[in-house]
Formats: sequence, C-alpha cells, structure tokens
Amino acid sequence: MKPAAFKYIAAQSLEHALTLKAEYGDEAKFLAGGQSLVPAMNLRVAQPGVLVDLNPITGLGFVESRINEGLGIGDWGLTTIPNPQSLIPHPASRILQLGAMTRYRTLERSAEIATRCPLLHETMPHVAHPQIRNRGTLGGNLAHADPASELPAVMLVLNAQLKAQSVRGERWIAARDFFTTIFTTVLAADEMLTEIAIPLPTDSDVGRTRTCFMEIARRRGDYAMMGVAASITLNAAGVCTDAKLGYLNAGDTPILATQAAQALIGQTISDAHIQAAAAIAHDEIQPPGNIHASVAFQRHLASVLTRRAIKEILDFRF
Amino acid sequence: MKDLHTITTTVNGKTYTREVESRMLLSDFIRHELGLTGTHVGCEYGVCGACTILYDGYPTRSCLTLAVQANNHTIETVEGLTTDPNKLHPLQQSFQDAHGLQCGYCTPGILMTMKAFLAENPNPSETEVREALSGNLCRCTGYQHIVDAILRMKDEG
Repeated sequence: MKPAAFKYIAAQSLEHALTLKAEYGDEAKFLAGGQSLVPAMNLRVAQPGVLVDLNPITGLGFVESRINEGLGIGDWGLTTIPNPQSLIPHPASRILQLGAMTRYRTLERSAEIATRCPLLHETMPHVAHPQIRNRGTLGGNLAHADPASELPAVMLVLNAQLKAQSVRGERWIAARDFFTTIFTTVLAADEMLTEIAIPLPTDSDVGRTRTCFMEIARRRGDYAMMGVAASITLNAAGVCTDAKLGYLNAGDTPILATQAAQALIGQTISDAHIQAAAAIAHDEIQPPGNIHASVAFQRHLASVLTRRAIKEILDFRF
Repeated sequence: MKDLHTITTTVNGKTYTREVESRMLLSDFIRHELGLTGTHVGCEYGVCGACTILYDGYPTRSCLTLAVQANNHTIETVEGLTTDPNKLHPLQQSFQDAHGLQCGYCTPGILMTMKAFLAENPNPSETEVREALSGNLCRCTGYQHIVDAILRMKDEG
C-alpha cells in the first residue's frame, strides 16, 4: 500500500513540465490533483518512473473560470481545430475556458459556472467526496479517462474542446475524439492537457437549452452504477432542435447516445418520444457490468435515468 | 538509489525541515517522521477519510498526498486543534458531550473535515452535515451521534 520508488520533479513552469515530458515520455506521469494517480500508485497498479508535479506551476489552473465574450466558436464539429480564438468571430458567442489544473472545489463553487454552465455545476457534488474535490482537477480527471467518472460524459454533452500542448506546439481536440478506451486518450506521450473550452449557448439561445445530471450510486460519493448527463434545446415553437445524452460507466469510454437523441430531435417531445429515447439508450450503451450491477441492471438504470432526466428538463427547467 | 528531497513544512504552527524520500506519503511523514500519530491511516487509497488533515486549510487525504508536496505548505493535524492538553477544542468537546465516537479511529479525520466545514458553513442543516460527512467512514456506524455532535456546534453558535 505504498508507492514504488520513483523520481519526483517539481515542475517550475509549463515549459519545464513539457520539456520533462518530452524527455521522459511514457516513463513519466504528470501529478495533478493526484486523487486517482496516487491511489493507483499506492496499490502499485501504476508505477511511473518519474512524477512531474504540476502543482507548483501558477497559471495552469485558472482558479477562477473565465468567460470570453465576443469569441467565435466557429464549427465545433471539426475533430481538431486551431486555437478557437482564431475562428470567425461571432459576437453572440461565449466560451467558458477552464485551466486544466482548476480544482473540483473551484468548479463547484464558481458563480460563473453556476450561471453559465448549470450542467457542470449540478454534476460537481456527485464527483467523489468533499476532501477529494479539494484536490482533484478537471484536467487530471479528463486525462485519466475513467469511463465511470462523471466529468468525461459531461464534457461530451457540453461539446467541450480540449487543448493539448507539447514542446512541438498545441492542438485542440473535441471531447468526443479524446477518449479512446478505458484510461486511454489520444494524448501523445509528450503532450499535456492544459485547457478545456466549453461553448456556451449564444445569447439568442439563452433560456432555450436546459440540462440535467443524474446518477445512481450505492453510497454518496461512490462510483455510480449508471449516470446520465442530458441537454435539450427547444426553439420558440417548443420543437426540440438539439438533444444530447451522455452516459458514464456505460462502455470503455464515456458514451454519447446519438441514436437515442435522434428520437427527440425535430419533435415536440411527448411521453412516447421519451420512452423511445430511453429504449434506444438501453440498447445503445455498452455497459461493462460488475459485482454491484449486472449489464442488464445497468441498462435498466440507463433507461430509467434517461426518462427521469428528460422529464425533469421538460417539466421543471424550461 | 533513493530519490531524496529536503522539504520545509509548517505543521500545527511549527516549522520542520526534513529529508524525505519521494515515495513517502504525507500520512506516513506525519506519523513516522513527526511522531504525530493522531492522524490515522485506514485504507490508504482515499476512501475512508481517517487520514484527513488540513492542507493549506482545506481538508485533504494525507494518504493521497506525497510528503514532498508539503514543501512550503501548511499542514494542520488533530493535534493542532488545541494546545492545552486539559482543554478540548469546542468541536472535540461537542463530540465528547454527544458521544460522537465509539472506537475513535475515524474521529481525527472527521474533526479536521468538520473544522473546515463549520468555518465555511457555521449554520448547516442536517442534510448538509451528512453530505459533508460523506467522505469519512465510521465502521462503528455511529453516524447519528456524530451528526448530533456537529449540529450541537451550531446550536452553541
């Protein structure tokens, strides 16, 4: 229950950290909040040769999140995009930019996030325990890529864009392309996830997109047996113009159930549409099953949570 | 070859300089190097909460923190709650009055969690107390009296 020996280096700057990662590659791990990595090291599941501690670096966590107004978000459908600030400006667009070292605690308490990104705000109390949220970071969570974690699924639903930096340069990666399989991302051995950008509804959409997060865990703070992040956009006539349903602990990566969402898009959503979406989600996800919840039970939970989340949004959040 | 680092850290108001191996956990540093055995170690993977200390004022798992990460940071352990061995901290007194402990193993972690919680939220509801307590396991399952002890702090202002 103690870590194997490793070489510890306190990074003094982002450049220093990236240089070290370029030098050591897969032998080195970044230490962010350490709330997943250190237990893995204590259990010797992870035995990195080098630990590059990012905590001494200032500025990697924007301790307060920033809202950039008048920033173009352009076509977020691209797999890899240049710096989003270089895209065609759209005066009504907003982007929530979060430093990778922003701690859960900060996300949970940010008034800006509570107002601008209620899905993220609603999710945070479900992430582990208060003591873990004091240390854990958004970037560390996403780079860890645990499919049973809440935030990867939420990032899919929010259409987040992730910035990877290395000594070679930087690139932006869509959240839906970021997670490749369990505990694995597209980050190269020399790259660091440094920033998360979340496009926010344009002013004309304000009041038109509503979200909900729900999960079922055996105890508060435990890994959930199943969880859903849902987002529904209605136009002025009440027709659903966009829907996203993201699931955690539902496959090797966080799962965006696009077929289930299709049952809602273009519809004036009725109970029949909700039932249809829940039934499709039941089959569309690929839950692994474990000692606490069989695959069939996980699918059942996904179906129930899908119905509940959509009804919650339609009945109480518009 | 051991990867050794010299660290300077302030624990309960006292500054220590020690040479530590990078693989040493903060929980082991506090207990074995400083002899402050009030901080207990339960699961060593972040689930039980027994090792909770205040790291720069925030309740933190000392078993998920490396001793080298305490360099130039401030730590408070259960021993820091009171300097007078004959006078308990009000929170400790409340636990005694409400019988908020049985075997006592989880108590130091709960006290450190609740010290910070009550400083941030001096008038919590019972639901808020239970939520704040969710990261600390009591295997005597004496939660009701623990909650009572914390709510008594509120009653006493």
